[in-house]
Amino acid sequence: MRKLLFVETKLHLRQWPTMVFTIGLPLALLLGLGSIPDLGKPDPAMGGQRFIDTQLPAQMTLLAVLTLACSVLPAVLVTYREQGVLRRMSTTPVPPGRLLAAQLIINLAIGTVSVFLLVVLGYVVLGAAMPKQLPGFVLVFLLGSAALLALGLVIASIAPTGKSAPGIGSVVMFPLMFVAGMWIPREVMPDALRVVSDYSVAGPFAQALRDTWAGHAPQPLHLIVMVAGLLVFGGIAIRLFRWE
Amino acid sequence: MKVIEVRNLHKRYPDHVAVDDVSFEVSDGEIFGILGPNGAGKTTTVECVAGLRTPDRGTVRVTGIDPQQDRDALRRVLGAQLQSAALPDKIKVWEAMDLYASFYPDPTDWSELLERVGLGDKRGTYFGKLSGGQRQRLSVALALVGRPRVAVLDELTTGLDPQARRDTWELVEQVRDSGVTIVLVTHFMEEAERLCDRVALIDAGRVAATDTPAGLIAQVGGAQRLRFRPTAPFSDDLLLALPEVTEVARSGQQVVVTGTGDLAPAVMLTLANHQIVPADLRVEQATLDDAFLALTGRKLS
Repeated sequence: MRKLLFVETKLHLRQWPTMVFTIGLPLALLLGLGSIPDLGKPDPAMGGQRFIDTQLPAQMTLLAVLTLACSVLPAVLVTYREQGVLRRMSTTPVPPGRLLAAQLIINLAIGTVSVFLLVVLGYVVLGAAMPKQLPGFVLVFLLGSAALLALGLVIASIAPTGKSAPGIGSVVMFPLMFVAGMWIPREVMPDALRVVSDYSVAGPFAQALRDTWAGHAPQPLHLIVMVAGLLVFGGIAIRLFRWE
Repeated sequence: MKVIEVRNLHKRYPDHVAVDDVSFEVSDGEIFGILGPNGAGKTTTVECVAGLRTPDRGTVRVTGIDPQQDRDALRRVLGAQLQSAALPDKIKVWEAMDLYASFYPDPTDWSELLERVGLGDKRGTYFGKLSGGQRQRLSVALALVGRPRVAVLDELTTGLDPQARRDTWELVEQVRDSGVTIVLVTHFMEEAERLCDRVALIDAGRVAATDTPAGLIAQVGGAQRLRFRPTAPFSDDLLLALPEVTEVARSGQQVVVTGTGDLAPAVMLTLANHQIVPADLRVEQATLDDAFLALTGRKLS
């Protein structure tokens, strides 16, 4: 398993443009938007929080994880299925499920690198806040990432070809970013939209990141929705995933 | 001893029956061919042997192992090179060998294996940059890296140019000489004739016949045909008098003589005795294609 992880990691690094985009875009947006002076002032619409302290980095973390879950992971897995990499492996004593596991671990690792850079560079360059409730923040990050990667497995299960996977991924990704508050912060959302947001997995993920960033405990509802998302998407993926 | 036993294998997919009733046995150390046209059920048959599909009926044993009961044990004795099974484009040859070697409890020295398949100087090349023939040779090497007793090679030379095909054939013979029993799936008559010790002819999910290539051809009479242009006129009766000759036909200047046994020497001797030279002489022998046609009423390709 260690060798499989190592080789798959190398394969990911060889697709370096994808990696640069996945990690670089949220980081560039954070540093770019974060350097707009007005966004560094306390905002009454967000209960006096500064945009760059919680809302912006939380949304950028979500963007990184959604890119991995909706685009990177399905593209790799569907291509592996299409080219017969999974079929090839199923003739060996090591079941191809290990390859799936390796991919999930690597994507989680890339997400971790991404969030680490967002937190550290946000702090160093912008003087933004570090997550104040760190254990809760780590828990929320892992749980939300796991739930969204499980959603990525569902996309990989239903996408017929490697070329169609990114398209299906975008169709899933952009509405999720919208309801999670990428463009309209949850505080200024209409009530109905905020209810949708509360049950969208991505919404609870973004809000729980913000809550722990600001030093609060995540809301129980948000944790429950993420656990439910992990179980439901995981269950669907296990039922639908095709090896060839 | 029998390395593979397949009895009354039956497999249906939602829309059609892929394998109706297939039985065969493969002995230790032979190259066993499964020959048939596309869609005859060859691949489904070997996928059942390799434990990738669950048969609806029938039994399969590989060195006594039931592929459905003990997949792990099967994977250790059987290596497979399957159709449409590849590697990621960005993996290097040595990485693939090293990775696949790590999947087995007692792998062979993959470096030496790469030399044997003629890829020793390609170890740092990406899979995506290999030619079709090189990919197939790597695929064979991957199937052998776990020291299997049986190797299943499915459509090994499809899409290869003639030179790459001949190189791959040599490789298969080498592998057999190293003691590995081989099941070779193909729809190329020449490939089966050249490589296989025994061949099962499969048509529409059933075995039409199983025998050596020579035995299959003999089953359909082993007819031979001579074509030539005589330098002097002669009467058909001259050749029809020979016991080996069954038919003499003419088309234009060409004479076509059909018969059995030592047809060519008998005809040549008789013509020479009458000072006739058979110009542009061609000898045509029955092939597995003819055998397939005679046994199934269908052409192989």
